Amino acid sequence: MHIEVRNLNKSFGDFHAVKDVSFDIEKGKLIGLLGPSGGGKTSILRMLAGLETPTSGDIVFHGQRVNDLPPQERGIGFVFQNYALFKHMSVYDNIAFGLKVKKQTKEQIRERVMYLVELTGLKGFEHRYPHQLSGGQRQRVAFARALAPEPQLLLLDEPFAAIDAKIRTELRTWLKEMIERLGITSIFVTHDQDEAIEVADEIMIISKGRLEQKGSPWDIYKNPETPFVASFIGESSIVENLSELRGFEDASNVAGTKALIRPEYIEIGRAGEIKLASASMPAVVKHLHFRGSEWMVELAVGDTKLITYRSLEKEVLHPGEEVNVLVHRAYLFNDQTSWVLENPLKVDPMPIHI
Amino acid sequence: MTIRRTWIWLTYLVFALLLIAPLVKIVLGAWENGIQGLIDGLTRPEALHALMMTGIIVVVVTIINTGFGIMLALYLVRAQWIGPRMKRLLNSIVDLPFAVSPVIGGLMIVLLLGPQTVIGALFEDAGLKIVYALPGMILATLFVTFPIMVREVMPVLQEIGAQQEEAASTLGAYSWYTFWKVTWPSIRWGVIYGVVLTVARSLGEFGAVLVVSGNIMNKTQTATTLVYQDVENFNVVAANGIALVLAAFSVGLLLLMEWAKKRKEVH
Repeated sequence: MHIEVRNLNKSFGDFHAVKDVSFDIEKGKLIGLLGPSGGGKTSILRMLAGLETPTSGDIVFHGQRVNDLPPQERGIGFVFQNYALFKHMSVYDNIAFGLKVKKQTKEQIRERVMYLVELTGLKGFEHRYPHQLSGGQRQRVAFARALAPEPQLLLLDEPFAAIDAKIRTELRTWLKEMIERLGITSIFVTHDQDEAIEVADEIMIISKGRLEQKGSPWDIYKNPETPFVASFIGESSIVENLSELRGFEDASNVAGTKALIRPEYIEIGRAGEIKLASASMPAVVKHLHFRGSEWMVELAVGDTKLITYRSLEKEVLHPGEEVNVLVHRAYLFNDQTSWVLENPLKVDPMPIHI
Repeated sequence: MTIRRTWIWLTYLVFALLLIAPLVKIVLGAWENGIQGLIDGLTRPEALHALMMTGIIVVVVTIINTGFGIMLALYLVRAQWIGPRMKRLLNSIVDLPFAVSPVIGGLMIVLLLGPQTVIGALFEDAGLKIVYALPGMILATLFVTFPIMVREVMPVLQEIGAQQEEAASTLGAYSWYTFWKVTWPSIRWGVIYGVVLTVARSLGEFGAVLVVSGNIMNKTQTATTLVYQDVENFNVVAANGIALVLAAFSVGLLLLMEWAKKRKEVH
């Protein structure tokens, strides 16, 4: 279902939880609402569901304004953070709930429930009660229950938060496949950027009640529109004194400009290892942290601290060692504007024309 | 060691003196004139009438309080249209009957609805006598037992949270269906516990009922006020007989309560 949200606001007393949020969602897309906890993501989701009334603004489904429709009539499925399964009902009755409300016949209900049980891999568990299931199974029941009445829009509030890390990745892939297969428009809330990047077709970054940016994960990574988005997605170090960064000295002409540099933008090597020696600068290794699949290297360039990663295949560095550093690009920002700057020295200073 | 033993014995002694001895005394007292004496005491017209009055009050009060208590608990916990400050105020008012002596509760009803008052006179003109009649006695007992159900159900509602109900609403269920299919199974043991407590409390209510009823034999006398009158008239055997009936009922309720409490904890 096509969703339009216009100038949505929500206040709880003095607290302005959602500030003037507008967006469009195309039919069949899987959207991730990403942002720090307490940023208003869940409030947006609950307003879409009708569980919370907007202070102002419009919510439009399929061209029809639904602000005044109760949740019962919005045709949505909602998966709660703690699943909110009916604890005194078996898995079968949980999934059948929405169908019984619609007064479908016993055979219809049975057929639909058994289809969903099969689909979610819960076969054989129909007669168990929620407290007899594992976290992942409960999640699947919640998912099947929400899907049973064939909603047009599926809303998921932190769907993986209560599941342990190992099963979480598994379930993530499963959910993405499932939603793609059903082709149902879905929105999920998460505070975990890996989850959003991996699962969502499009991400909306929400911070302090505002929509910071909306776009595909790759877009958001590549072209962050605000400093918040740049610092929230991926890891990064912030550099205040730009004159210390070789290649970016000119940017420090505008007062107050800072740079945000991701580990993957930084190349390090011992003397001679970096091809574009003229663009590199000396640095000292401060600390080394083993991160399981690579080394995290803390560097000092003058007074500036940078963080990067180094493959385990390369020679091991040692704290105190002098190395060369090449910063490929930086995300620059000041109070007025922000932009991405490629290191200008990377262009070969002495091109050979044949 | 000896000090500890003394304390243990003292505990037993207090327990026996306060609880066991009176109970034994009631049982023995009731049997003083043999089974016939007991039956005679209980089958006096005023005794039968008093037990009937108590029965009516218990049934009516329990039904009203259960319905209204559950409703108020739901509103106090769930309703969004009541502001938080109003909720706090209502919440403290609910406890008022626990804090006020039942006699004063009864007096308030007399002062408000007695035959000399405007409202009381109005009702009397309409043919409905409230004070010194059954409606007043029911009102008085309602006042005294009012907080019980609310206080039993509210914590359960708070504990289960609103999410299951919200889930039901997104699945298309409206409030009545949601209440019976989702909320009720979670709160029912709390409700049963509340019902048992309400029955026990209204069975034994004395002060408020005494003030409101005027204690008129064969008219507005309940089992407890009859016991009081029998004692006043030195009719100890009859008093013991009715007391025994009430005590037996209470013990039964107590056992029921233990069972309900266990179930409440399981769910």
